[in-house]
Amino acid sequence: MAVEQTDAQLVSRCRAGDPAAWNEFVERFSRYVYAICGRGFRLAQQDAEDVFQEVFARAYERLSELRSDDAVRPWLAQLTRRLCIDRLRLNARDTPSDAEPDEGEVDDVLDQLDDAMAVRAALDKVGDPCREILDSFFCRDESYRTIGDRLDIPAGTIASRISRCLEKVRTELDGRSRASRPS
Amino acid sequence: MRLMNGFDEEQIGRLLRLLPPAPEGWVRAAQELPAARATLDELVARAEQDAEFRLQLRADLERAIAAAGYDPSPFVVSRLRRLLEEV
Repeated sequence: MAVEQTDAQLVSRCRAGDPAAWNEFVERFSRYVYAICGRGFRLAQQDAEDVFQEVFARAYERLSELRSDDAVRPWLAQLTRRLCIDRLRLNARDTPSDAEPDEGEVDDVLDQLDDAMAVRAALDKVGDPCREILDSFFCRDESYRTIGDRLDIPAGTIASRISRCLEKVRTELDGRSRASRPS
Repeated sequence: MRLMNGFDEEQIGRLLRLLPPAPEGWVRAAQELPAARATLDELVARAEQDAEFRLQLRADLERAIAAAGYDPSPFVVSRLRRLLEEV
């Protein structure tokens, strides 16, 4: 299994100026920020790109202002949310149809994305080849054949590997859930 | 973590689908922010000392940045534009 680094540890390394840490930071949260722009606020691709870059620019500049390193994900979510709303309001001046989504709907999407990030963390802990197989199938919509060709495994075995990998992720999630439950 | 109890395999797959990768170019640009920040600091320092360079920046920001030997990345251009407006 892969060694897992907590969000707080990663933020701490970024603050200390570790050159590799910022790359890891962007890698870890890029999907989350992207999904908030797309799923939460349904921004057009150009708007989403602008917001995405602005979120990471502000995060880089203001990481030292974060009160608790553990809170980096909600902080990023809030930052992304605010910038998405700003962008929609700016667009609405030109195109009144760019309505802001209902706040409750956005909250629901963010809750789902938080769950998805927890699943993602469990997948990272399980590591490769499961990470690569599940990521290829579920996140990149690749076919069994494409996955099989790339990983040099028979396409006919991909379905059973996906099933076994999902089981591993579930076991990892169950372990985390037990570990976080008060005794 | 809001809820991590009792997800079955189907739910795990559904949740994974919610997080497709961001476009590679976006991720790379965000990862290059520290270098872009250093570029910005150098450009600001030069603009503060060199009135001619300040004029060039105000006339055509992207061209002046490129002519000075720097990459006019969106981060550098937008931040520098903001700074010039404040001066």
